[in-house]
Amino acid sequence: MTSRKIEVLVGLFVALAIAAFLLLALKVANSGMTGSGETYMLYAKFENIGGLKVRSPIKVGGVVVGRVRSIELNTEEYSPVVAMEIDSQYNNFPETSSVAILTSGLLGEQYLGLQPGFVDETVSILKSGDYVEDTKSAIVLEELIGQFLFNRGSN
Amino acid sequence: MIVDKLQQLGQHSIAKIQGMGRATLMLFGALVAWPTPRKSFPLLLKQLYVVGVLSLLIILVSGLFIGMVLALQGYTVLSKFGAEQMLGPLVALSLLRELGPVVTALLFAGRAGSALTAEIGLMKATEQLSGMEMMAVDPLRRIIAPRFWAGVISMPLLALIFTAVGILGGHLVGVDWLGVDGGGYWSAMQANVDFQQDILNGVIKSVVFALIVTWIALHKGFDAVPTSEGISQATTQTVVTSSLAVLGFDFILTAVMFGG
Repeated sequence: MTSRKIEVLVGLFVALAIAAFLLLALKVANSGMTGSGETYMLYAKFENIGGLKVRSPIKVGGVVVGRVRSIELNTEEYSPVVAMEIDSQYNNFPETSSVAILTSGLLGEQYLGLQPGFVDETVSILKSGDYVEDTKSAIVLEELIGQFLFNRGSN
Repeated sequence: MIVDKLQQLGQHSIAKIQGMGRATLMLFGALVAWPTPRKSFPLLLKQLYVVGVLSLLIILVSGLFIGMVLALQGYTVLSKFGAEQMLGPLVALSLLRELGPVVTALLFAGRAGSALTAEIGLMKATEQLSGMEMMAVDPLRRIIAPRFWAGVISMPLLALIFTAVGILGGHLVGVDWLGVDGGGYWSAMQANVDFQQDILNGVIKSVVFALIVTWIALHKGFDAVPTSEGISQATTQTVVTSSLAVLGFDFILTAVMFGG
Protein backbone atom coordinates (compact mmCIF):
# COMPACT_ATOMS: atom_id res chain seq x y z
CA MET A 1 0.00 0.00 0.00
CA THR A 2 1.72 3.14 -1.15
CA SER A 3 1.45 6.28 0.88
CA ARG A 4 -0.25 8.11 -1.99
CA LYS A 5 -3.05 5.58 -2.20
CA ILE A 6 -3.62 5.82 1.54
CA GLU A 7 -3.75 9.58 1.34
CA VAL A 8 -6.26 9.50 -1.50
CA LEU A 9 -8.48 7.04 0.33
CA VAL A 10 -8.38 9.04 3.56
CA GLY A 11 -9.20 12.16 1.57
CA LEU A 12 -12.16 10.34 0.03
CA PHE A 13 -13.31 9.24 3.48
CA VAL A 14 -13.22 12.79 4.83
CA ALA A 15 -14.97 14.12 1.72
CA LEU A 16 -17.70 11.52 2.15
CA ALA A 17 -18.14 12.54 5.78
CA ILE A 18 -18.38 16.21 4.81
CA ALA A 19 -20.97 15.33 2.18
CA ALA A 20 -22.95 13.41 4.80
CA PHE A 21 -22.77 16.37 7.17
CA LEU A 22 -23.96 18.77 4.47
CA LEU A 23 -26.83 16.44 3.61
CA LEU A 24 -27.86 16.33 7.24
CA ALA A 25 -27.44 20.05 7.81
CA LEU A 26 -29.11 21.30 4.65
CA LYS A 27 -31.60 18.64 3.64
CA VAL A 28 -32.61 17.03 6.93
CA ALA A 29 -32.57 19.86 9.45
CA ASN A 30 -34.87 22.83 9.28
CA SER A 31 -33.69 26.30 8.43
CA GLY A 32 -31.83 26.57 11.72
CA MET A 33 -28.70 27.59 9.82
CA THR A 34 -30.09 29.60 6.96
CA GLY A 35 -33.16 31.36 8.35
CA SER A 36 -31.58 32.69 11.52
CA GLY A 37 -32.02 36.29 10.49
CA GLU A 38 -33.24 39.23 12.51
CA THR A 39 -36.27 38.60 14.68
CA TYR A 40 -38.45 40.61 17.04
CA MET A 41 -40.62 39.56 19.94
CA LEU A 42 -44.36 39.86 20.43
CA TYR A 43 -46.29 38.60 23.43
CA ALA A 44 -49.77 37.19 23.81
CA LYS A 45 -51.75 36.21 26.90
CA PHE A 46 -54.02 33.19 26.67
CA GLU A 47 -56.42 31.44 28.98
CA ASN A 48 -55.36 28.00 27.91
CA ILE A 49 -52.52 27.06 25.58
CA GLY A 50 -53.53 23.42 25.16
CA GLY A 51 -50.62 21.50 23.64
CA LEU A 52 -48.63 24.47 22.36
CA LYS A 53 -44.89 23.99 22.84
CA VAL A 54 -41.74 26.06 22.67
CA ARG A 55 -40.60 26.19 19.01
CA SER A 56 -44.14 25.63 17.71
CA PRO A 57 -44.59 27.51 14.43
CA ILE A 58 -46.42 30.82 14.07
CA LYS A 59 -48.30 31.01 10.80
CA VAL A 60 -50.01 33.74 8.84
CA GLY A 61 -52.31 32.17 6.29
CA GLY A 62 -50.35 28.95 6.53
CA VAL A 63 -46.93 30.55 6.01
CA VAL A 64 -44.49 30.19 8.90
CA VAL A 65 -43.36 33.66 10.04
CA GLY A 66 -41.81 32.75 13.36
CA ARG A 67 -41.65 30.39 16.29
CA VAL A 68 -42.71 30.33 19.91
CA ARG A 69 -39.71 31.38 22.01
CA SER A 70 -41.03 30.68 25.49
CA ILE A 71 -44.21 29.96 27.41
CA GLU A 72 -44.47 31.28 30.94
CA LEU A 73 -47.14 31.61 33.54
CA ASN A 74 -47.99 35.17 34.53
CA THR A 75 -47.74 35.15 38.33
CA GLU A 76 -50.40 37.87 38.83
CA GLU A 77 -53.30 36.28 37.00
CA TYR A 78 -51.90 32.78 36.52
CA SER A 79 -52.55 32.90 32.81
CA PRO A 80 -49.97 31.66 30.31
CA VAL A 81 -47.98 34.27 28.37
CA VAL A 82 -46.49 33.15 25.06
CA ALA A 83 -43.42 34.94 23.70
CA MET A 84 -43.40 34.87 19.90
CA GLU A 85 -40.22 35.34 17.93
CA ILE A 86 -41.17 36.73 14.53
CA ASP A 87 -38.99 37.24 11.51
CA SER A 88 -38.37 40.98 11.21
CA GLN A 89 -39.18 40.97 7.51
CA TYR A 90 -42.78 40.67 8.70
CA ASN A 91 -42.87 43.72 10.97
CA ASN A 92 -46.08 45.34 9.82
CA PHE A 93 -48.76 43.74 11.95
CA PRO A 94 -51.30 46.29 13.25
CA GLU A 95 -52.36 46.16 16.88
CA THR A 96 -55.79 44.94 15.81
CA SER A 97 -54.25 41.60 14.83
CA SER A 98 -55.34 38.48 16.63
CA VAL A 99 -53.65 35.18 17.51
CA ALA A 100 -55.40 31.86 17.92
CA ILE A 101 -54.08 28.47 18.92
CA LEU A 102 -54.98 26.12 16.08
CA THR A 103 -54.39 22.47 15.36
CA SER A 104 -53.13 21.18 12.03
CA GLY A 105 -55.41 18.30 11.17
CA LEU A 106 -57.31 16.21 13.66
CA LEU A 107 -54.29 14.78 15.44
CA GLY A 108 -51.61 17.17 14.30
CA GLU A 109 -49.41 19.49 16.29
CA GLN A 110 -50.71 22.82 17.56
CA TYR A 111 -49.51 26.11 16.16
CA LEU A 112 -50.23 29.81 16.53
CA GLY A 113 -52.35 31.34 13.80
CA LEU A 114 -51.67 35.07 13.51
CA GLN A 115 -54.45 37.00 11.78
CA PRO A 116 -53.49 40.53 10.64
CA GLY A 117 -56.13 43.11 11.55
CA PHE A 118 -57.40 46.24 9.81
CA VAL A 119 -55.36 49.42 9.55
CA ASP A 120 -56.49 53.05 9.83
CA GLU A 121 -55.09 56.27 11.30
CA THR A 122 -55.87 55.40 14.92
CA VAL A 123 -54.32 51.93 14.74
CA SER A 124 -50.60 51.66 15.41
CA ILE A 125 -48.22 48.96 14.29
CA LEU A 126 -47.04 46.30 16.78
CA LYS A 127 -43.46 46.88 17.89
CA SER A 128 -41.05 44.52 19.56
CA GLY A 129 -42.22 43.73 23.10
CA ASP A 130 -45.87 44.61 22.49
CA TYR A 131 -48.78 42.41 23.51
CA VAL A 132 -51.30 41.11 21.00
CA GLU A 133 -54.56 41.81 22.82
CA ASP A 134 -57.02 39.71 20.83
CA THR A 135 -56.32 36.05 21.57
CA LYS A 136 -58.29 32.85 21.21
CA SER A 137 -57.32 29.96 23.42
CA ALA A 138 -56.82 26.38 22.39
CA ILE A 139 -59.83 24.18 22.00
CA VAL A 140 -59.62 21.48 24.64
CA LEU A 141 -61.47 18.39 23.52
CA GLU A 142 -62.55 17.41 27.04
CA GLU A 143 -64.18 20.81 27.61
CA LEU A 144 -66.03 20.53 24.31
CA ILE A 145 -67.33 17.09 25.23
CA GLY A 146 -68.26 18.37 28.68
CA GLN A 147 -70.25 21.26 27.19
CA PHE A 148 -71.94 18.94 24.75
CA LEU A 149 -73.01 16.55 27.49
CA PHE A 150 -74.14 19.46 29.68
CA ASN A 151 -76.28 20.83 26.88
CA ARG A 152 -77.82 17.46 26.20
CA GLY A 153 -78.58 17.03 29.87
CA SER A 154 -80.46 20.33 30.06
CA ASN A 155 -82.63 19.53 27.04
CA MET B 1 -15.70 -16.03 55.68
CA ILE B 2 -17.09 -12.55 55.44
CA VAL B 3 -13.65 -11.09 55.82
CA ASP B 4 -12.46 -13.18 52.88
CA LYS B 5 -15.30 -11.88 50.74
CA LEU B 6 -14.52 -8.34 51.84
CA GLN B 7 -10.90 -8.88 50.94
CA GLN B 8 -11.89 -10.14 47.47
CA LEU B 9 -14.10 -7.10 46.98
CA GLY B 10 -11.29 -4.82 48.10
CA GLN B 11 -8.77 -6.54 45.82
CA HIS B 12 -11.16 -6.25 42.91
CA SER B 13 -11.83 -2.56 43.52
CA ILE B 14 -8.16 -1.73 43.95
CA ALA B 15 -7.31 -3.58 40.74
CA LYS B 16 -10.03 -1.67 38.86
CA ILE B 17 -8.91 1.68 40.18
CA GLN B 18 -5.28 0.87 39.40
CA GLY B 19 -6.33 -0.05 35.88
CA MET B 20 -8.12 3.27 35.48
CA GLY B 21 -5.06 5.05 36.82
CA ARG B 22 -2.77 3.27 34.36
CA ALA B 23 -5.20 4.08 31.54
CA THR B 24 -5.16 7.77 32.48
CA LEU B 25 -1.37 7.81 32.73
CA MET B 26 -1.12 6.13 29.34
CA LEU B 27 -3.40 8.69 27.73
CA PHE B 28 -1.64 11.54 29.49
CA GLY B 29 1.78 10.32 28.33
CA ALA B 30 0.52 9.89 24.79
CA LEU B 31 -1.25 13.21 24.38
CA VAL B 32 0.49 15.75 26.58
CA ALA B 33 3.63 16.66 24.69
CA TRP B 34 4.91 19.28 22.32
CA PRO B 35 3.16 18.68 18.99
CA THR B 36 5.42 17.52 16.17
CA PRO B 37 3.12 17.64 13.13
CA ARG B 38 5.82 16.72 10.62
CA LYS B 39 6.57 13.47 12.39
CA SER B 40 3.11 12.54 13.62
CA PHE B 41 0.96 13.48 10.62
CA PRO B 42 2.01 10.55 8.38
CA LEU B 43 1.45 8.16 11.29
CA LEU B 44 -1.99 9.65 11.88
CA LEU B 45 -2.83 9.35 8.20
CA LYS B 46 -1.90 5.68 8.19
CA GLN B 47 -4.10 5.06 11.22
CA LEU B 48 -6.98 7.06 9.75
CA TYR B 49 -6.82 4.66 6.84
CA VAL B 50 -6.72 1.55 9.04
CA VAL B 51 -9.32 2.72 11.55
CA GLY B 52 -11.58 4.88 9.42
CA VAL B 53 -11.45 3.92 5.76
CA LEU B 54 -11.42 0.19 6.39
CA SER B 55 -14.49 0.52 8.66
CA LEU B 56 -16.36 2.36 5.95
CA LEU B 57 -17.88 -0.67 4.24
CA ILE B 58 -19.49 -2.16 7.35
CA ILE B 59 -20.78 1.29 8.32
CA LEU B 60 -22.30 1.93 4.89
CA VAL B 61 -23.96 -1.46 4.67
CA SER B 62 -25.35 -1.51 8.19
CA GLY B 63 -26.48 2.13 7.95
CA LEU B 64 -28.38 1.38 4.77
CA PHE B 65 -30.08 -1.67 6.23
CA ILE B 66 -30.93 -0.07 9.56
CA GLY B 67 -32.52 2.88 7.73
CA MET B 68 -34.49 0.48 5.55
CA VAL B 69 -35.70 -1.59 8.52
CA LEU B 70 -36.69 1.56 10.41
CA ALA B 71 -38.74 2.78 7.47
CA LEU B 72 -40.39 -0.60 6.99
CA GLN B 73 -41.27 -1.00 10.66
CA GLY B 74 -42.28 2.62 11.09
CA TYR B 75 -44.53 2.43 8.06
CA THR B 76 -46.47 -0.58 9.40
CA VAL B 77 -47.36 1.27 12.59
CA LEU B 78 -47.76 4.78 11.16
CA SER B 79 -50.01 3.66 8.30
CA LYS B 80 -52.48 2.34 10.89
CA PHE B 81 -52.99 5.93 12.03
CA GLY B 82 -52.80 7.41 8.57
CA ALA B 83 -49.67 9.27 9.61
CA GLU B 84 -47.29 8.04 6.91
CA GLN B 85 -45.95 11.53 6.40
CA MET B 86 -44.30 11.26 9.82
CA LEU B 87 -42.06 8.49 8.49
CA GLY B 88 -39.31 11.00 7.61
CA PRO B 89 -39.04 12.48 11.12
CA LEU B 90 -39.24 8.99 12.65
CA VAL B 91 -36.32 7.69 10.61
CA ALA B 92 -34.26 10.89 10.85
CA LEU B 93 -34.69 11.46 14.57
CA SER B 94 -34.05 7.84 15.54
CA LEU B 95 -30.90 7.80 13.45
CA LEU B 96 -29.59 11.23 14.41
CA ARG B 97 -30.22 11.00 18.12
CA GLU B 98 -29.66 7.36 18.95
CA LEU B 99 -28.94 4.75 16.33
CA GLY B 100 -26.32 6.67 14.37
CA PRO B 101 -23.90 7.34 17.24
CA VAL B 102 -24.65 4.16 19.20
CA VAL B 103 -24.62 1.56 16.44
CA THR B 104 -21.55 3.18 14.88
CA ALA B 105 -19.79 2.99 18.24
CA LEU B 106 -20.72 -0.66 18.69
CA LEU B 107 -19.61 -1.57 15.18
CA PHE B 108 -16.49 0.51 15.63
CA ALA B 109 -15.65 -1.33 18.86
CA GLY B 110 -16.03 -4.64 17.06
CA ARG B 111 -14.33 -3.70 13.83
CA ALA B 112 -11.57 -1.27 14.83
CA GLY B 113 -11.34 -1.43 18.64
CA SER B 114 -10.62 -5.15 18.73
CA ALA B 115 -8.00 -4.77 16.00
CA LEU B 116 -6.27 -1.96 17.92
CA THR B 117 -6.17 -4.06 21.10
CA ALA B 118 -4.85 -7.13 19.33
CA GLU B 119 -2.21 -5.14 17.46
CA ILE B 120 -0.87 -3.36 20.51
CA GLY B 121 -1.11 -6.49 22.65
CA LEU B 122 0.96 -8.42 20.12
CA MET B 123 3.48 -5.58 19.93
CA LYS B 124 3.81 -5.86 23.68
CA ALA B 125 4.07 -9.68 23.61
CA THR B 126 6.78 -9.59 20.96
CA GLU B 127 8.71 -6.92 22.89
CA GLN B 128 8.35 -4.36 20.12
CA LEU B 129 7.28 -1.71 22.62
CA SER B 130 10.30 -2.38 24.82
CA GLY B 131 12.47 -2.36 21.70
CA MET B 132 11.22 1.09 20.83
CA GLU B 133 12.01 2.34 24.28
CA MET B 134 15.53 0.95 23.91
CA MET B 135 15.88 3.04 20.76
CA ALA B 136 14.68 6.11 22.67
CA VAL B 137 11.40 6.19 20.76
CA ASP B 138 8.49 6.80 23.08
CA PRO B 139 5.93 4.07 22.24
CA LEU B 140 3.17 6.19 23.77
CA ARG B 141 3.89 8.98 21.32
CA ARG B 142 4.64 6.74 18.36
CA ILE B 143 2.01 3.99 18.77
CA ILE B 144 -0.76 5.17 21.11
CA ALA B 145 -1.17 8.84 20.15
CA PRO B 146 -1.81 8.44 16.39
CA ARG B 147 -4.24 5.57 16.99
CA PHE B 148 -6.10 7.57 19.61
CA TRP B 149 -6.50 10.63 17.40
CA ALA B 150 -7.42 8.47 14.40
CA GLY B 151 -10.22 6.86 16.42
CA VAL B 152 -11.47 10.15 17.82
CA ILE B 153 -11.48 11.79 14.39
CA SER B 154 -12.89 8.98 12.32
CA MET B 155 -15.76 7.79 14.49
CA PRO B 156 -17.85 10.99 14.37
CA LEU B 157 -17.28 11.03 10.61
CA LEU B 158 -18.40 7.42 10.38
CA ALA B 159 -21.48 8.22 12.48
CA LEU B 160 -22.39 11.08 10.13
CA ILE B 161 -22.01 8.80 7.13
CA PHE B 162 -24.04 6.10 8.88
CA THR B 163 -26.87 8.52 9.60
CA ALA B 164 -26.94 10.01 6.11
CA VAL B 165 -26.92 6.57 4.47
CA GLY B 166 -29.63 5.41 6.87
CA ILE B 167 -31.89 8.32 5.96
CA LEU B 168 -31.34 7.58 2.28
CA GLY B 169 -32.13 3.91 2.99
CA GLY B 170 -35.34 4.98 4.70
CA HIS B 171 -36.16 7.04 1.61
CA LEU B 172 -35.49 4.01 -0.57
CA VAL B 173 -37.95 1.82 1.32
CA GLY B 174 -40.50 4.43 2.40
CA VAL B 175 -40.78 6.49 -0.76
CA ASP B 176 -39.58 4.29 -3.60
CA TRP B 177 -41.05 1.04 -2.41
CA LEU B 178 -43.96 1.71 -0.04
CA GLY B 179 -45.15 4.84 -1.81
CA VAL B 180 -44.96 7.52 0.89
CA ASP B 181 -44.96 10.97 -0.72
CA GLY B 182 -41.35 11.97 -1.39
CA GLY B 183 -41.81 15.68 -0.80
CA GLY B 184 -43.59 14.96 2.46
CA TYR B 185 -40.77 12.69 3.59
CA TRP B 186 -38.24 15.51 3.36
CA SER B 187 -40.43 18.43 4.40
CA ALA B 188 -41.83 16.72 7.51
CA MET B 189 -38.24 15.82 8.36
CA GLN B 190 -37.11 19.41 7.96
CA ALA B 191 -39.99 20.64 10.09
CA ASN B 192 -39.11 18.31 12.94
CA VAL B 193 -35.31 18.08 12.93
CA ASP B 194 -33.43 20.91 14.56
CA PHE B 195 -29.82 21.54 13.61
CA GLN B 196 -28.53 22.23 17.12
CA GLN B 197 -30.84 20.05 19.12
CA ASP B 198 -30.57 16.93 17.00
CA ILE B 199 -27.60 17.04 14.65
CA LEU B 200 -25.06 18.72 16.92
CA ASN B 201 -26.11 16.65 19.92
CA GLY B 202 -25.71 13.51 17.82
CA VAL B 203 -22.21 14.61 16.83
CA ILE B 204 -21.34 15.38 20.46
CA LYS B 205 -22.55 11.92 21.40
CA SER B 206 -20.39 10.24 18.80
CA VAL B 207 -17.33 12.24 19.89
CA VAL B 208 -17.86 11.06 23.47
CA PHE B 209 -18.30 7.46 22.30
CA ALA B 210 -15.18 7.75 20.15
CA LEU B 211 -13.14 8.86 23.16
CA ILE B 212 -14.51 6.01 25.27
CA VAL B 213 -14.11 3.22 22.71
CA THR B 214 -10.66 4.22 21.49
CA TRP B 215 -9.34 4.80 24.98
CA ILE B 216 -10.62 1.44 26.24
CA ALA B 217 -9.24 -0.39 23.19
CA LEU B 218 -5.79 1.19 23.50
CA HIS B 219 -5.60 0.69 27.24
CA LYS B 220 -6.66 -2.97 27.07
CA GLY B 221 -4.01 -3.62 24.44
CA PHE B 222 -1.31 -1.70 26.27
CA ASP B 223 -2.16 -3.38 29.55
CA ALA B 224 -2.62 -6.91 28.15
CA VAL B 225 -0.85 -9.89 29.69
CA PRO B 226 1.81 -10.52 27.01
CA THR B 227 0.77 -14.06 26.14
CA SER B 228 -1.51 -15.38 23.42
CA GLU B 229 -4.19 -16.05 26.03
CA GLY B 230 -3.78 -12.59 27.51
CA ILE B 231 -4.19 -10.95 24.12
CA SER B 232 -7.34 -12.91 23.35
CA GLN B 233 -8.78 -11.96 26.72
CA ALA B 234 -7.86 -8.32 26.21
CA THR B 235 -9.55 -8.29 22.80
CA THR B 236 -12.73 -9.78 24.23
CA GLN B 237 -12.67 -7.32 27.10
CA THR B 238 -12.29 -4.42 24.70
CA VAL B 239 -15.46 -5.31 22.84
CA VAL B 240 -17.47 -6.14 25.97
CA THR B 241 -16.34 -3.20 28.09
CA SER B 242 -16.59 -0.58 25.39
CA SER B 243 -20.02 -1.79 24.25
CA LEU B 244 -21.33 -1.63 27.81
CA ALA B 245 -19.70 1.76 28.38
CA VAL B 246 -21.23 3.11 25.17
CA LEU B 247 -24.71 1.93 26.11
CA GLY B 248 -24.39 3.28 29.64
CA PHE B 249 -23.08 6.66 28.55
CA ASP B 250 -25.75 6.81 25.87
CA PHE B 251 -28.42 6.66 28.53
CA ILE B 252 -26.75 9.43 30.54
CA LEU B 253 -26.20 11.64 27.49
CA THR B 254 -29.76 11.11 26.24
CA ALA B 255 -31.13 11.96 29.67
CA VAL B 256 -29.07 15.16 29.75
CA MET B 257 -29.63 16.22 26.13
CA PHE B 258 -33.22 15.23 25.42
CA GLY B 259 -34.64 14.27 28.81
CA GLY B 260 -35.40 17.71 30.20
